[in-house]
Amino acid sequence: MIIHHPILGPRDAQEFVYLGDASLIDRPDGMTAGIEEFHEYLYQRTNPAGEHRELWYHEQGDRSWLVVTRNTVTHEITKVELARDVARSRGRSK
Amino acid sequence: MSQSHRIPGGQIDRTKTFRFTFDGLPYTGHPGDTLASALLANGVRLMGRSFKYHRPRGPISAGSEEPNALVELRSGGRQEPNTRATVAELFDGLTANSQNRWPSLRFDAMAINDRLNAFFAAGFYYKTFMWPKSFWEKLYEPIIRRAAGLGSVTREEDPDAYDKGFLHCELLVIGAGPAGLMAALTAGRVGRRVILADEDFRMGGRLNAETVAVGGVPGADWAAAVVTELSAMPNVRLLSRTTVIGAFDHGIYGAVERVSDHLPVPPAGKPRQILWRIYTRRAILSGGATERPIAFENNDRPGIMLAGALRAYANRWAVKVGERVAVFTNNDDGLRTATDLQARGVDVVAVIDSREGGEMLSGVRHLRGAQVIDTAGRLGLKAITVRQANGATETIAVDALGVSGGWNPNVNIHSHHRSRPVWDAGIAAFIPGPEGPPGLLVAGAAAGLLSTHAALRSGRDAALAALELTSGPDLPEAEDAPVRITPLWHVSHGKGRAWIDQQNDVTVKDVKLAKQENFTSVEHLKRYTTLGMATDQGKTGNVIGLAIMAELTGRSIPETGTTIYRPPYTPVAMGALAGRSRGKEFKPYRLTPSHHWAREQGAVFVEVGNWLRTQWVPKPGETEWRQSVDREVLATRRSVGICDVTTLGKIDIQGTDAGAFLDRVYANTFSTLPVGKCRYGLMLREDGIVFDDGTTARMGEHEYVMTTTTANAVTVFRHLEFCRQCLWPEMDVQLISTTEAWAQFSVAGPNARKLLEKVVDQDISDAAFPYMGAGNITVCGGLRARLFRISFSGELAYEIAVPTRYGDALLREMLARGAEFDPVVYGTEALGVMRVEKGHVAGGELNGQSTALNMGLGKMVSRKKDSIGMVLSQREGLTDPDGYRLVGVKPVDPNGKLTAGSHFLEKGAAAVAANDGGWLTSKVYSPHLGHDIALGYLKAGDRKIGQRMRAVNLLTGQDTEVEIVSPHFFDPEGERLRG
Repeated sequence: MIIHHPILGPRDAQEFVYLGDASLIDRPDGMTAGIEEFHEYLYQRTNPAGEHRELWYHEQGDRSWLVVTRNTVTHEITKVELARDVARSRGRSK
Repeated sequence: MSQSHRIPGGQIDRTKTFRFTFDGLPYTGHPGDTLASALLANGVRLMGRSFKYHRPRGPISAGSEEPNALVELRSGGRQEPNTRATVAELFDGLTANSQNRWPSLRFDAMAINDRLNAFFAAGFYYKTFMWPKSFWEKLYEPIIRRAAGLGSVTREEDPDAYDKGFLHCELLVIGAGPAGLMAALTAGRVGRRVILADEDFRMGGRLNAETVAVGGVPGADWAAAVVTELSAMPNVRLLSRTTVIGAFDHGIYGAVERVSDHLPVPPAGKPRQILWRIYTRRAILSGGATERPIAFENNDRPGIMLAGALRAYANRWAVKVGERVAVFTNNDDGLRTATDLQARGVDVVAVIDSREGGEMLSGVRHLRGAQVIDTAGRLGLKAITVRQANGATETIAVDALGVSGGWNPNVNIHSHHRSRPVWDAGIAAFIPGPEGPPGLLVAGAAAGLLSTHAALRSGRDAALAALELTSGPDLPEAEDAPVRITPLWHVSHGKGRAWIDQQNDVTVKDVKLAKQENFTSVEHLKRYTTLGMATDQGKTGNVIGLAIMAELTGRSIPETGTTIYRPPYTPVAMGALAGRSRGKEFKPYRLTPSHHWAREQGAVFVEVGNWLRTQWVPKPGETEWRQSVDREVLATRRSVGICDVTTLGKIDIQGTDAGAFLDRVYANTFSTLPVGKCRYGLMLREDGIVFDDGTTARMGEHEYVMTTTTANAVTVFRHLEFCRQCLWPEMDVQLISTTEAWAQFSVAGPNARKLLEKVVDQDISDAAFPYMGAGNITVCGGLRARLFRISFSGELAYEIAVPTRYGDALLREMLARGAEFDPVVYGTEALGVMRVEKGHVAGGELNGQSTALNMGLGKMVSRKKDSIGMVLSQREGLTDPDGYRLVGVKPVDPNGKLTAGSHFLEKGAAAVAANDGGWLTSKVYSPHLGHDIALGYLKAGDRKIGQRMRAVNLLTGQDTEVEIVSPHFFDPEGERLRG
């Protein structure tokens, strides 16, 4: 597979490490959320046959975490974003 | 007399003669021959034995689809099994042997299986060897494996190198027949970057095997001229002897180039094969078509082959397979074989054409509406029995028979993204479906366009479409004969066996049996009968098998459907997949700064991650590893020891939020750590399990240095980047891995400070540099360095770091300047002994299943701040008061032996899982205490200190009475490390 890195252009997937569902960005606040909420966050995943937003890490490159939108059936990649930008757009700060 | 079956003409170089052997007998051939063509030229038709019935077999094809003529090439480390003689390029001195026969190819004792065929029908092993169950693995399977099977694997190491390479182009053309050549020409002439790959050693595809004219010259000559033109283009790369094995995601194609398979030994510096990864936006599949046979009784005898192969051997290799030849066909292409053979002076005694009516061939006995119903000749064809249109049967003496059941487009690569081929009734074959891999177009026979003109036209048009060009070269004139075929899949006659898949010995009967047992879907048919499995992947047999199933079930062929193909297109040697990653180069290895010193001392090394670490350093006279390790431990505790700890991960963390960031990623607090101090940190995973541990020092207000375990250096860094970028993107914190930047040594023991004072430029007295102190210093008169007063061994200890390139010098300097203290260099074993003596957790305890509570470190998890894993570490299942707790273990009898992995049992309890109390995680011999000691996880272990239990190991048979003790065996008050 080839991932179009927003900064570095097309890169071979071998340079990356896969983590999983991009919903891992939405970590609850440990000072307010309880076990149930963290359980949902950590373990509950959809497993779509189709479009999937997922986290890839450019370990053999610039160390960016990326959010890759990939079709799990065809492997077509329709969007690649810096995870930091996605995190900010989802209201994460410090 | 050699080469008795050679005829004039062909594309072989008769000016040179190659000598080779097959099963020990000498033969000759010429450059341009394959092993199969050379053997056939020598009158050898018998080349193998079948998989199951050990039937005598010869080649049925002249290409990579070959199911039968599988041979072992070469000997020693280069011996290669299951090689298709039909594509093995002949070279001088080649040694080849038949396989799957004993004692010889002509007399094979296992041919008894053929007589016992009633017991070996499809699925026989599911039914026959059911009872008793335990016999399968130990008795039945080994026997079946020995009797069946193919070639043998050499036990010697392959002496050749295999490479991997990367190529980029604008257009990849797969297959260099008329369509592929025309496509490459179209793109090449306008300067596009083209790669043209073909599995054959001679480009041209079927043009080399045919007598058709292209542009007024013989097709083979036209192909040669195009190849010459292409090879002069700097923008075109021609890869002959290269099989494109698969279409992968996003325009990546795999290809295997057989660089040196056609040579006795690879030239100096050249690999045997290269696995290419080709990146391209556009590709054209012009891989041609494969002829299929017709199933009739005893259709597997040596001498019976595909009609197109018979023709190819005559036209390209100047070989007549027999003296008296017949052709059995259901389509016009079979007639072309008869015509070509006749033109070359081969005696064609009959053409058996299953179709009624139509034009009659002249000058040959053309039997219309006739079928071949049986054959004779055990080791080679002697005669065929023909049933004529009027029902009369006739036996005709022949020694070669060409069979044509039509041509199947080679759709394989087009299916690699699961595209299903569709049925084309016009040519009675499957053609590529509408949705293939993005960017892949299909041209020529692979697209079902079987005439030469259609191939040339579609090749050009595909290149124009792929590159968005408007005009291309003029098309040379060529035949455009229509496909005239009346499908005939198998001949109904008698009770004998008619083969569909010769490699797997699947017959029409097996398909009937599958239908009878309701395995009617093509996927079930494949698995039940093994149709289409093994090295040829059913290239000749699949379509007949499913067509017969369609017939039996009364469904149409499109309704029945077809299985699809996965990579690789043809078998790939493991060596090509491994490339250079073998032996010592299997993965990269990293050397520590002290490696050269240690090697001078004869140190023993151990792989830790990718590092080679010193395990122990034997002294003269030490014959057993424990002698060295015990000495290193005792010397360290008595005076001073030095250990290279460079391999521990080091991460520089800077920024105004560095402290807050560490509070989030560590279970305990770091923002309160004073500048110039270190603290032990415990890092959890989000699920509450301990991830890693290490010490982190605060070097400045906004600057920390974290250490990780050697094993987790990479994953911790990745995790921290995740936290920084994905969870808290606005934190002002920057990370950089400095593992390789600093050489770091642990200096431990009562004389550690005295030794370091010999090299450190500053005051490091206890007052100036107290326990858990950290700071930037200089050594040896000004070299920048870092010093941390931390201890893993329980001794007064420091870790000192200098820029990596000075690591070797620092070690030698410390040993020389501190010689009066008789310092010892210790390895990972002594390190392990001292940390177990001290009760520190490491790999055995940080096992990815254990919590801080399990380790006795539960109080370190601060609940006053949010941190990764804090919430879920409070889960009910992880806070069980009766859960595992870290304990120390010692044998009641000091001579008692402990083993890591032993399980805790109460005295008198049976050694069953229900009584399991936990396990020993790490065990060492403590030279200080004079007996084995261990750490372990014991249920409610914190309340069992002082109790006696058993440590039982059912693997070693050990059953040792032990006392549960505190994990801190040595200096529990920590007086030594504060000294």
